[in-house]
Amino acid sequence: MSVLVNKHSRVVVQGFTGSEGTFHSGQMIEYGTNVVGGVTPGKGGTEHLGRPVFNTLREAVEKTGADVSIIFVPPAFAADAILEAADSGIKVIVAITEGIPVKDMMIVKKVIKAKNDVVLIGPNCPGVITPGEAKVGIMPGFVFKKGRVGIVSKSGTLTYEAADQIVKAGLGISTAIGIGGDPIIGTSTKEAVEMLMNDDETDAIVMIGEIGGNYEPVAARWIKETGNKKPVVGFIAGQTAPPGRRMGHAGAIIGGAEDTAAAKMKIMAECGLHVVESPAEIGETMARVLRQN
Amino acid sequence: MNIHEYQGKELLQRYGVTVQRGVVADTPDGAVAAAKELQAETGTQWFVIKSQIHAGGRGKGTIRETGSKGVVVAKGIHEVADKVKAILGGTLVTHQTGPEGKRVNKVLVAEDVYYPGELEPKEYYISILLDRAKSCPVLMASTEGGMNIEEVAATTPEKIIKEWIDPAIGLQPYQARRVAFSLGLEGNAFKEGVKFITALYKAYVGLDASLFEINPMLRTSDGRILAVDAKVNLDDNSLFRHKDLAELRDVTEEDPLEVEASKSGLNYIKLDGNVGCMVNGAGLAMATMDVIKLSGGEPANFLDVGGSANAETVEAGFRIILKDPNVKAILINIFGGIVRCDRVANGVVEAYKKIGNIQVPIIVRLQGTNAEEGARIIEESGLKVFPAILLKDAAQRIKEVLA
Repeated sequence: MSVLVNKHSRVVVQGFTGSEGTFHSGQMIEYGTNVVGGVTPGKGGTEHLGRPVFNTLREAVEKTGADVSIIFVPPAFAADAILEAADSGIKVIVAITEGIPVKDMMIVKKVIKAKNDVVLIGPNCPGVITPGEAKVGIMPGFVFKKGRVGIVSKSGTLTYEAADQIVKAGLGISTAIGIGGDPIIGTSTKEAVEMLMNDDETDAIVMIGEIGGNYEPVAARWIKETGNKKPVVGFIAGQTAPPGRRMGHAGAIIGGAEDTAAAKMKIMAECGLHVVESPAEIGETMARVLRQN
Repeated sequence: MNIHEYQGKELLQRYGVTVQRGVVADTPDGAVAAAKELQAETGTQWFVIKSQIHAGGRGKGTIRETGSKGVVVAKGIHEVADKVKAILGGTLVTHQTGPEGKRVNKVLVAEDVYYPGELEPKEYYISILLDRAKSCPVLMASTEGGMNIEEVAATTPEKIIKEWIDPAIGLQPYQARRVAFSLGLEGNAFKEGVKFITALYKAYVGLDASLFEINPMLRTSDGRILAVDAKVNLDDNSLFRHKDLAELRDVTEEDPLEVEASKSGLNYIKLDGNVGCMVNGAGLAMATMDVIKLSGGEPANFLDVGGSANAETVEAGFRIILKDPNVKAILINIFGGIVRCDRVANGVVEAYKKIGNIQVPIIVRLQGTNAEEGARIIEESGLKVFPAILLKDAAQRIKEVLA
């Protein structure tokens, strides 16, 4: 049993025919992801990349049995695309789009929360990959070799970095979840870690966070409360970030004493996580921790 | 996006928030004219002259050149010109600007609202911001107005009233009443307070704001409620639907290098260190800064070239980093996914040749798609560039070049 996406996932692409959607859909198909079609309002009935295009997501779900959607729709229309997915029977929504207004995301979050059977990953994220089965995202697939380490991360390229180190340390990835770098995201660090804790194909977890918000301390406390069932290697980016400045990601801004890298790392260490100071040590640390276990 | 007090107050007024009246000026003559206009309109005898910069602590801050405070009172029109002369064009240093301070290009000439009367004027604190954990706006209020709210939160947290707002239905009347009662407002001030809070939330939603901080909100001696100061931050992600608000951006308040970078589509933040860096992706960029620090250096900047790093963006990034005289070394860290390392390498070589005469050592770490080809291009170029494949190699290189 894998997390969120696997070889049975039937993936529909929202914003299928745009330049981003086209490029990454091609990459996903090449990877072996079961992309069953796409949605671009007004282009229904045509074909794109050898897959059918639909006007509405409801029609796409009815005709293809899609259960996972990935969103490449521009920021102004992305919240609407997420709401459409949630209203059309999609179970896992992966929103790649960066730059969605916070006001729109507050409403989206409320709607998603009210539905018990829908998971939103992102927005502003690299997506989810279960190596060898399905890549629902924009990550370079070849970096992620199959294995038994799960990854949860707010960042794109830092996720690739971590995966690369894990692989070079002789290990591999079960599922990597890029939860996104915005202040409001569908799935929190704790929720993603919980999925991997409950996954029988995952032996250990890499948890990568960054400055801003309190997701990592919440996840760390939960890990401790549930008995540190699997070893977790943790890293927080932004130890050198100045307060009050937005470091690229809209969510990466230090607002108070509790959301600095140092504060988060301290809490994580106190909760029994293996915290690395340097992002260059993620792979080695994981290998060492697994040898000791 | 951050805007000035006078701009913030103007926006709040559009939504019916009552504010201390004022007129902005950028010359002493203009300020005198502003004072006359204000006197005709409000009858005020005294004037408050407020430096307009994007930083807090202006009242306690000092103009370096003249010793004037950042916010001063002119007791009559005859005092306005001299008081303004001591501020305009000067450098205001506050606890938020750092020792270098900020140049004051504009002052807000405002009416005196602390006039004596039946009641003692009383200051309150009100803010609206995003509660990330609850994914909704939270309105915070306190009777401890005029004070640093972080201090209030630390010492007397029970004095902070919080009202969480359901974003789907907005602030409800009972919530506005609850806040006004909790602040102890009475009579006309209570009615005005409820109106004020209601209008403030309307403005927050209408403007797609990310933060409002009204400190102080004042109950005047005759029971009126006014915003005496207004810190207004707008959600950058929403500016596409507020073209008029995007125009309020004051680039003179930003670091010139940051302005230049944003024109090239680069996300750059200037810092005080000695090792410049250029990275793709915000998380990896922050992590790279951490690597620099752990290797004995200090990051000179945050620079995310984004997902479309090419020869032009690499060159633009180079030029911006090199303009910072503190930079003693540069680390380029690219994890190629969609971005191909060979293209980045070509970009580095081209930029290097074009700019010429680069005196600082450059460490290039390329990983991911076509990493080996990228490393080969760097090596064959004959440039004085240190290649690295692993992040720990890059860290080691930094140690070496700084030694």
